[in-house]
Amino acid sequence: MSERKATIASRVGLHARPASIFAAAVGELPLEVTISLETDPAEDAMDASSILSLMSLGAANGDVVVLRAEGDGADAALDSLVKILETDLDAE
Amino acid sequence: MQNFTGVGVSPGRIIGSVRQMPKPISEPPAGERLTAATTPEAATAELRTASKVVQTELQRRAEAATGASKSVLEATALMATDPMLIKAAVKLIVTGTSAERAIWESGASVAEMLHNLGGYMAERATDVLDVRARIVAELRGVTAPGIPQSDEPFVLVAEDLAPADTATLDPNKVLALVTSGGGPQSHTAIIARALGLPAVVAAVGVDALTDGTEVYVDGAAGTLQVDPGDEQRTAVTAWEHVAASLSVFDGTGTTADGHLVPLLANVGGAADAVKAAAAGAEGVGLLRTEFCFLERDTEPTIDEQVVAYRGVFDAFPGKKVVVRTLDAGADKPLPFLTDSTEPNPSLGVRGYRTDLTSPGVLKRQLTAIATAAAASTAVVWVMAPMIATVDEAADFAAMCRVAGLKTPGVMVEVPSAALRSASILTEAEFVSLGTNDLTQYTMAADRQLGTLAALNSPWQPAVLQLIQLTVAGSIAEGHNKPVGVCGEAAADPVLAVVLVGLGVNTLSMTARSMSAVGAVLKSVTLERARELAQIAVSARNSDEARTRVRAELPILEELGL
Repeated sequence: MSERKATIASRVGLHARPASIFAAAVGELPLEVTISLETDPAEDAMDASSILSLMSLGAANGDVVVLRAEGDGADAALDSLVKILETDLDAE
Repeated sequence: MQNFTGVGVSPGRIIGSVRQMPKPISEPPAGERLTAATTPEAATAELRTASKVVQTELQRRAEAATGASKSVLEATALMATDPMLIKAAVKLIVTGTSAERAIWESGASVAEMLHNLGGYMAERATDVLDVRARIVAELRGVTAPGIPQSDEPFVLVAEDLAPADTATLDPNKVLALVTSGGGPQSHTAIIARALGLPAVVAAVGVDALTDGTEVYVDGAAGTLQVDPGDEQRTAVTAWEHVAASLSVFDGTGTTADGHLVPLLANVGGAADAVKAAAAGAEGVGLLRTEFCFLERDTEPTIDEQVVAYRGVFDAFPGKKVVVRTLDAGADKPLPFLTDSTEPNPSLGVRGYRTDLTSPGVLKRQLTAIATAAAASTAVVWVMAPMIATVDEAADFAAMCRVAGLKTPGVMVEVPSAALRSASILTEAEFVSLGTNDLTQYTMAADRQLGTLAALNSPWQPAVLQLIQLTVAGSIAEGHNKPVGVCGEAAADPVLAVVLVGLGVNTLSMTARSMSAVGAVLKSVTLERARELAQIAVSARNSDEARTRVRAELPILEELGL
């Protein structure tokens, strides 16, 4: 199991456009990726490819989230996803 | 020949063929099961295919869209195949529930979850329900909800149009709007006037017309006729001539005897303002500032606002521009300002009242308006919406003065403000009547309800009397402080004459209506307008008021209005 932490950089938090971009990126990976707030237990982690899950997570600007995935290429995949979360997607 | 009668809300006569707005998708019955011939695996596969089709269609529309609606459509497209939505539905299918019912229930619980999160998320709940309806339509093999696609221009017939529908309405494809529901002040009416499309609302029975039926629509008379004949074709041709002559406003609003009534424009941004100035508007009577704020998750910065307001002020150098401060709430919710869980938003924290719950937003907006005004030559007035008391008017005026704005005014939309206008005008420099809300609050009738269309008419004698009292308050106050009208009432050329007769000083309307209002106003003297106002106020009901005043104005027949 690979694990990464990321700080949400988007001004509006992880919803609207930033959530669309992130969910679409996860959806393109051949892996199952979960996401949870740093403060929540691992068993509450949700499907990171689901925009509805991301929206219900309610991660605001500055919140730390944990991404988890298993399998070949998980480390590289998570690194790329962290980069997306740590960019202010709303500003672009 | 089959005839339908409703309420005419935007003049014009055309002949065209009907396209019905698809019916809202009905709820699959609770407990609906898979048919014996369908396995859960097959139903799951059908559901996945349908959701993929819906996603592709929404993505296609997102590609064609721009700005905020593009990102909303992109997110909505993702929702169509969302694992959370689909997995919950598949679980139900496995227990034997039909695919339609399964996605219906799954969508409902996701929407409820988003709704409970409040704010921006609560608004996205509508998108989930839209996606759900589209998937059910796809499973049933029926037309998806939304404005029909057609290569030929058509007469759009619907129960009523929502703001979301009107945003996607292509004025090059739609010849006229006819609804079986809706009222004279519904979104359908407002959008029709802004686009210059003939429109009839509350025409009971039109939902039974089949697609492709040729009809004649008269947006002034409020009628629709099936299988039009020579008489109707002649009327259409006559209207085309009138419309060409009515399309020009000479830039001076006046009665026949030279009593000046400036005709101002209602605008919602710089592009509108430039068009209104080109159409001869003598200023802006209502700048809706929501355009800066809508479809945003956070408040725009002062600098962003300054740029947006400058765009409008610069279109009217040396002329009056009345800015209405942010009017959020009720039918215009904003995620960072309004609480979407209020049980009765029309009577809730909206308009000026949002300063109670989110102090600072209004102060920053006034700073932005003052900064933009200082850099332009436009004569900038500011007014607050939803003022109910003298104290509110005084507080608002004080805030304006602190910001450096010299002409603070208030909207009269709440009956209490009309009744207390003399005291309110000791604090404010002017008032502007918002007749749409004033009517809905006076008659206690929701603007959007077709069944209440008759109550919701600005021709209601009670509404006219409140306008009369507002003018009387200004006279009693003694400093000739102006009373304007910036609601839909001012765009009705007949009612405009009545308003002038009641003593209203300026009329503000959608720019397209200025030529018709100007033409009719020019045909009467001030004294005559006063007589007509008296007829309207003393009428027994709104129909009688309208009919009796129309009968006194032969120019209407001549102009086809």
